[in-house]
Amino acid sequence: MLRRTLLLGLCRGPLGRGLGTHRGGSILGKVEGRGGYRGSWMAPSSSSVTFRTQDPAHDVKTVGRLGGGDRDGKMSEIKKKIQSILPGGDWNPLYDTSHLPPESSDVVIVGGGVLGLSVAYWLKKLEKPRGAIRVLVVERDHTYSRASTVLSVGGIRQQFSVPENVQLSLFSIDFLRNINEYLAVADDPPLDIQFNPSGYLLLASEKGAAIMENNVKVQRQEGAKVCLMSPEQLRNKFPWINTEGVALASYGMEHEGWFDPWCLLQGLRRKVQSMGVLFCHGEVTRFMSSSNLMKTASGEEVNLKRIHEVHVKIDQSLEYQPVECAIVINAAGAWSGQVAELAGIGKGPPGTLQGTKLPVELRKRYVYLWHCPQGPGLETPFVIDPSGTYFRREGLGHNYLGGCSPTEEEEPDPGNLEVDHDFFQDRVWPPLAQRVPAFETLKVRSAWAGYYDYNTFDQNGVVGPHPLVINMYFATGFSGHGLQQAPAVGRAVAEMVLEGHFQTINLSSFLFSRFYSGEKVQEHNII
Amino acid sequence: MAAPKASLHLVAPVWNGGTRGIGGLSRVVAPEGNQKKGRSLLQFLADRFYDVEALRDHLLRKRVSKVHQKNRFQGREWIRPNQRGHFSLDFLKLQAVPVEAVDASGCAINYQGLDSLLALKELQSLWLQRCPHVDDWCLSRLHPLASSLQELSLAGCPRVSERGLACLHHLWNLRRLDISDLPAVSSPGLTRILVEEMLPSCEVLGADWAQGLKLGPEEQPRDTAGPIPA
Repeated sequence: MLRRTLLLGLCRGPLGRGLGTHRGGSILGKVEGRGGYRGSWMAPSSSSVTFRTQDPAHDVKTVGRLGGGDRDGKMSEIKKKIQSILPGGDWNPLYDTSHLPPESSDVVIVGGGVLGLSVAYWLKKLEKPRGAIRVLVVERDHTYSRASTVLSVGGIRQQFSVPENVQLSLFSIDFLRNINEYLAVADDPPLDIQFNPSGYLLLASEKGAAIMENNVKVQRQEGAKVCLMSPEQLRNKFPWINTEGVALASYGMEHEGWFDPWCLLQGLRRKVQSMGVLFCHGEVTRFMSSSNLMKTASGEEVNLKRIHEVHVKIDQSLEYQPVECAIVINAAGAWSGQVAELAGIGKGPPGTLQGTKLPVELRKRYVYLWHCPQGPGLETPFVIDPSGTYFRREGLGHNYLGGCSPTEEEEPDPGNLEVDHDFFQDRVWPPLAQRVPAFETLKVRSAWAGYYDYNTFDQNGVVGPHPLVINMYFATGFSGHGLQQAPAVGRAVAEMVLEGHFQTINLSSFLFSRFYSGEKVQEHNII
Repeated sequence: MAAPKASLHLVAPVWNGGTRGIGGLSRVVAPEGNQKKGRSLLQFLADRFYDVEALRDHLLRKRVSKVHQKNRFQGREWIRPNQRGHFSLDFLKLQAVPVEAVDASGCAINYQGLDSLLALKELQSLWLQRCPHVDDWCLSRLHPLASSLQELSLAGCPRVSERGLACLHHLWNLRRLDISDLPAVSSPGLTRILVEEMLPSCEVLGADWAQGLKLGPEEQPRDTAGPIPA
């Protein structure tokens, strides 16, 4: 049967490439350069101009081509055709479907940012036996132009108030340090995430000093290396700080700093591709699910839903592919709320579990890059002012990155990623100049905006399955600290999917059900 | 970047035919060859089958060298190994003596290996010249030695960059720092100036700050025979 297929390809190959229209039963060949057309029913847009002869049985020598047609060119075409037919090729006798996702996939991950790829990586790493699970990652923007991952400032810290957050960050920094052991691909160069181990410096006013002390105690218990500093110690160590209004400071000595998120993303992408995860450039538009009316142990009736198909619409086309799936992972970042609505989460009377929406929204945040030649030196940590303004060094040339989170009233419209420069003048510069007098003379070089996947409930992540849509798992809502917790969260979600419970870090307080029961896991140290 | 490949199991469904449906072959994409000539058979297979790739991964991991902790602890005088590489047993009598200086030049010490060094609370001098595994992460671990460390040498470490040098400011007692010949530092002259500013009471041995500066047009050597330089 192999030989027959080979002969088929050999004979039809050269003919099929040149002649695009439907001829006597042979509808072979790809139409190059067009995304949405299956097969060659329309006029071809092939790269070479061909002349049609009256008799289609003529072989390729009688068909003239402009600017080609030597024997070597034909041989390489024949070779390419054979290669595409063999296993691994994309030859399809009826029409070309190489751009479509598979018809079925065990796990579909909506969103190809750092969280989605981290879940894919850990699913493939922890699965037994190897190769058991087929994973599909659906990402609608392969340039990642609006993804939160690449627009992030890239910091990683353990100074959180919730112990689970500290554990997540500790594992993630361990992952980053050993990134070339985790994400090694044979024949590819090692990754350099350009980690700056300069630490975070959080400043607290009188009001916040007691909370900060408490937080540092929790952090130290979990194993973070944080030290508390008085204003005088602060002045000795960092003479460029104006300590007016600062009662206490906490400084991370190790395992904190900033790194290059794009490198982590590409490293994960490369590794998961080599592990066999499939990628699809498309958008999830619909979930087909089935419901079952079940009775709980106490006798009340519950409508349990199960997603069994995901409709993936191909980019810039009306074509879509229904993908049968067993599990859906919502890692869509700032757009997770919309994806959850597609699955019917939140459609019900308010106040019930069916009516509880996923409270993750898009929030726009600005980052500014400025130059200040008299600014703080090489030792500058990632400084966070009590007012919420933050900055860090960038490179060796006295450039600094920074910004501030706006209050609820002045939240900008998240419809686009345009930067508001007045925001810098009014809200970011005054506290900066007050805290670091050298910043009174600075010059803004550039700025950009990105989205937070902001959890309006308690600004902490949502991890784990939904109680009613039983095969949708969340890995989203981290409100600005998703990048630094991504490796650990990916592992936690993979454990939940494969084992049914958290094994290494217990994130049961981050489950969806807390939105219904009202138990907030409030994270105070959010910038 | 490795292209998606077929796994060994997927060959079978191709011949099962009919019931797979139209999209049955759609998940298999043509491999983009990296057209290196003369690749070994294993590489060729690894590009096509996930199982062979996993085998290569396994072999790669086995080949990664285990790092030995080859620290030599010194007392008041340097304790060195004799011609056969053994240390004398008198060394064990000096357990209560605080260690003042450690010479780990060329030693394959890494992040975990520094555990032993950080326990030395009275260490004054640490030489880490040409250590191949000392990188920025290791430098961030040195802060517990801040109260005693006066001399640090990182000359010739291939993995230390300016980002790791930034966390040396914890070592406020440092008097002599050698950061010469660091290939991973992007601008050695500028880095040396910034480190000198960061550690004002420390003498920094590093790249000459004028290195890498280009001469201006007035300072170009005039060649009487040649054309006037632009």
